Amino acid sequence: MSAANSPAQSAPRQSERTRVLENRPVNLDGFVEEWPEVGMVAMDSPYDPRPSVRVENGVIVEMDGKQRADFDFLDQFIADHAIDVEATERAMALSPVEIAHLLVDPKVSRGEVLAVSCGLTPAALLEVVKTMNVVEMMMALQKMRARRTPANQAHSTSARDNPIQVAADAAEAALRGFRELETTLGVVRYAPLVAIALQVGAQAGKPGALTQCALEEATELELGMRGITAYAETISVYGTEPVFCDGDDTPWSKTFLASAYASRGIKMRFTSGTGSEVQMGYAEGKSMLYLEIRCILVTKGAGVQGLQNGSISCIGVPGAVPAGIRAVLAENLIASTVDLECASGNDQSFSHSDMRRTARLLPQLLPGTDFVCSGYSAVPNYDNMFAGSNLDSEDYDDWNVIQRDLQVDGGLRHVPEAELLAVRNRAARALRGVFAYLDLPPITEKEIEAVTYAHGSNDLPLRDVLEDLKAAQSVMDRGVTGLDIVKGLEAGGFPDIAEALLGVLKQRISGDLLHTSAILTPELTTLSAINDANDYAGPGSGYRPSGERWEEMKRLRHVVSARNPEQELG
Amino acid sequence: MADTTTRVLTLLEKGPAEQGRRTDEVVIGVSPAFGDFFSRTIVDLPHAEVLRELLAGVEEQGVHARVVRVRGSSDLAVIAHTAAKLSGSGIAIGVLSRGTTMIHQKDLVRLSNLELFPQAPLMDLETFRKVGRNAARYAKGESPQPVPSRNDYMARPRWQAKAALLHIKETEFVRAGAAPVELEVLIRMADAG
Repeated sequence: MSAANSPAQSAPRQSERTRVLENRPVNLDGFVEEWPEVGMVAMDSPYDPRPSVRVENGVIVEMDGKQRADFDFLDQFIADHAIDVEATERAMALSPVEIAHLLVDPKVSRGEVLAVSCGLTPAALLEVVKTMNVVEMMMALQKMRARRTPANQAHSTSARDNPIQVAADAAEAALRGFRELETTLGVVRYAPLVAIALQVGAQAGKPGALTQCALEEATELELGMRGITAYAETISVYGTEPVFCDGDDTPWSKTFLASAYASRGIKMRFTSGTGSEVQMGYAEGKSMLYLEIRCILVTKGAGVQGLQNGSISCIGVPGAVPAGIRAVLAENLIASTVDLECASGNDQSFSHSDMRRTARLLPQLLPGTDFVCSGYSAVPNYDNMFAGSNLDSEDYDDWNVIQRDLQVDGGLRHVPEAELLAVRNRAARALRGVFAYLDLPPITEKEIEAVTYAHGSNDLPLRDVLEDLKAAQSVMDRGVTGLDIVKGLEAGGFPDIAEALLGVLKQRISGDLLHTSAILTPELTTLSAINDANDYAGPGSGYRPSGERWEEMKRLRHVVSARNPEQELG
Repeated sequence: MADTTTRVLTLLEKGPAEQGRRTDEVVIGVSPAFGDFFSRTIVDLPHAEVLRELLAGVEEQGVHARVVRVRGSSDLAVIAHTAAKLSGSGIAIGVLSRGTTMIHQKDLVRLSNLELFPQAPLMDLETFRKVGRNAARYAKGESPQPVPSRNDYMARPRWQAKAALLHIKETEFVRAGAAPVELEVLIRMADAG
């Protein structure tokens, strides 16, 4: 731009409308051309395999055009552990369109679909969803979601890894309706303190909200086994061998890790999503969705109850190519179609455009999924250490209005400010009690006051990070467990929160949280695909917000009273 | 770009990377195409300036810096951990062509780290200088305050797909099984003419 020409001579005259459009937020998003040869294509690639299957003596000897001798380790794992050998030849004899009809037709039960889907190969599942548009996929997802009652999951993190903030925002999130809460760190050494804070805050907000801390796998497992966290989610699987090997993993090692959680009765799910293989440079020229379907079936084969998918942290990749968001819906649908719990994404910053991020949300919100967001940011996005979510704490009122407009249950509710302040304050005090009991750095009255009214970490006094990090290490060295947190809550004068946390810990003895799509109700009973199976069978059936829940959804920050229009109900 | 201080980076391969013996060193591990096929980060910072700031940050703490190229992987954790294992102090910095950076220590598991800077578009020269400084302080056995992590949650929608294309390109330069090589770093001013 160093040309010395006068402006009049340099550029041709531009349309005023172009200028206006150029400045719209959507034009800050990145878009790229398809490049099928390296896998930069959503779901329609000439290089994806054609579906096929052949069984000999009870073993799959050919799958999707490949002979058994040529299987890579994902093919082998899927053929041996994910696909029902008894069902596969019959299922594969159906055409993709016939199977898509089974999915969409409300008169065909979920169980009848599962009898077919358990025999489908990755390429066959891909061909099925390729025949479906997004409305058909939403119809199918409404029926195939495992749990009847939809739920939602939040992120509670802090740009300063401030444990008091994490506790207060977890409490608020649980009170607003989230049934799972997830945290992670800027500085990973902070993890033990922040994980404790998340657990205390969650139980202070609403008993039974389950918590997890996304970390490197060994530490994540240790925190789970100690009962500092209640479940795990960030156990990543990938759709090609080289990407798996990059993490020193195989489907078998991930399965081993999964069984370590199961051995302690700890809920867990895997994580995968379109775009990760191409992002890591090893897509082997296959479409993003084909590779994601391999991940879904590896999860199924591992015996894990559920999967977080919907591109997740790679959403900018499918989001940048044509039909990418259709592919993201398709991956959620396929996870549900093979009878996995699906925590369905909408958990990462996706677009500069409010219109576009809403459009990206509706395909999961409208049909309902087990967790509509696998991480709605319960903090302002500047504090979100998962690098931002598609929705954050500034979108709460919008979300509540959309639920009310459409009478669709996204799991949240409006809570009056007085209740929010009370619960934030109490969570911070409870954490102070636990920190004091465990001889961790003190939490001051000034910090509690600040966090009660804060929006984000910018509103909080700074902690002594080095002291906190030393204390975090001592939590690990001393072998602090969930029971120590229970004792700390009791000693600090919070017996009800102690009771709630003890109730969550007891779940690992019954193992009920290992059931597909399990969550805990505030009364600490399990709600899962076993005792709350999705029974959608067309109009008039399935989950519909009604009764007390619908009354709760009608409340907003500002609603004019019908009885006295000079008043607002808040 | 009216940049009057353009520096040119030359990286000369000096043979297999040696195991460091001095305890006062930080090893900087660069990715397969850094300063080679690629010359700039995702936000167009010249690799010459990136390396210059990292080296200056280490050296201003009185610590010795050594640069190696990890040729066998384009995975940042592998690069940083490989470099840490070569480092006499056990401390290393890993950096990818697009600018993603990590401080690692040899006794940590590979997928852990001391400090991670995952968002390449946010890496400016000042941050690279601070990364070098902190790595040197870890090497001296200190516990520095971590470099404040910047967080632009809108970096993903803007940059992720381009980052993927850059990574695919970088990965094309991976030579499976190739051992790390020692690099001689020459940074000179571009000819004014």
